Amino acid sequence: MIWKNKEVLLGPLSKNNPVIVQILGICSALAVTSKLEPACVMAVSVIAVVALSNVIISLLRNTIPNSIRIIVQLVVVASLVIIVDQLLKAFAYEVSKQLSVFVGLIITNCIVMGRLEAYALSHNPWDSFLDGIGNGIGYGIILVIVAFFRELLGSGTLFGYHVIPQVFYQWGYENNGLMILPPMALITVACIIWVHRSRNKELQEK
Amino acid sequence: MNKQGNTYTILYSAVMVVVVAAILAIASVSLRPLQQENIRVDKMMQILSSVHIASTAHDAVSLYDKYITDSYVVDAAGNTTKADAFGIDVAAEVKRDAAERRLPVFVCTLDNGDVKYILPLYGAGLWGPIWGYISVDADGRTLYGSYFAHQGETPGLGAEIGSAAFQEQFAGKQLFVDGEFKPVAVMKKGQKPLDGADYVDAISGGTITSKGVQSMISDCLLPYESFLKSLDK
Repeated sequence: MIWKNKEVLLGPLSKNNPVIVQILGICSALAVTSKLEPACVMAVSVIAVVALSNVIISLLRNTIPNSIRIIVQLVVVASLVIIVDQLLKAFAYEVSKQLSVFVGLIITNCIVMGRLEAYALSHNPWDSFLDGIGNGIGYGIILVIVAFFRELLGSGTLFGYHVIPQVFYQWGYENNGLMILPPMALITVACIIWVHRSRNKELQEK
Repeated sequence: MNKQGNTYTILYSAVMVVVVAAILAIASVSLRPLQQENIRVDKMMQILSSVHIASTAHDAVSLYDKYITDSYVVDAAGNTTKADAFGIDVAAEVKRDAAERRLPVFVCTLDNGDVKYILPLYGAGLWGPIWGYISVDADGRTLYGSYFAHQGETPGLGAEIGSAAFQEQFAGKQLFVDGEFKPVAVMKKGQKPLDGADYVDAISGGTITSKGVQSMISDCLLPYESFLKSLDK
């Protein structure tokens, strides 16, 4: 039992990663990874939303009529995100200002719907909760890795602090403006997939 | 009851909609006073930020009361009326003709006795609204500071208008060139405005947002021309 749970939680971190193996949630990986800070905020929000909506759907799973299950999932995810946003606006206004751009992105994130459909509808709440946490973290890791390289090479900063010494610039080093533009998010994700697959031979397609 | 039947499905969705609507309505109504208060405090922080006074949610109200010594409303002809400048919805005002707008002015008196005038801005970026405050020296010609914010500009690109590096450029810029009113332009690095106006560097990769800032500044400051001229005696 313990081993099974461990697989549910840790599987999505590498072998079954939602972004680099299932190729889900790419759109938001592109939108929020030009800086580390928004990437971290987005990662935490997605972890919370996937875990909570997984639990709710899992609790309701025996009552949901099959023909409208996608609609029910969408309603649960959308209302959850809106309620969290309302609570943040009332009690943590600074965080909610940062989140403003992501609220829509969380609702439409394919990982959330994907996990509800593929896992929560057929598993008990505790397993679903772990699955949500695992997939959220798996998504967050990729986001943070991509954002790390984009912010470091694109702006020369990490979390807004300059880390590339000033002497480098005097020697002729330039920030690569291309890294900030959206295409480089996809190319960075592709590089991560490349490294990941070359280390995990069983994932390679014939 | 047959869980795949039509009756069950319709009942299920009806109950779901009512329950969700009730939860959302309760959340919205019960949290509104707290949210409004947060928005009010945040507006004070934004106004203070345009005169280089950093505040937190805790001390914003007391700092605002201390430094913002007066506020009033002017019109495009330069006439001043006493009114609640803080409560004016700038987003609604910019939609009206320049001649009919009610233009809020916040007067800030700094620790050293210097007086600055703070003017609100509102415009459109790439994805949504952008807004800000710009502060002018007592002579009505020289910019003292600026604050810009946005709803959903792209992080790392357009969203950089919210960064200190972009906002600090505005300090010391001139609004009048040879006695003619020419609001500060936002130009691509290396370019200069043809009409000789003072300018700041745009955000590379955030062209549309930068252009939005530029048109917001000229659109919102032009109606203040008479007021600013009246300051310079």
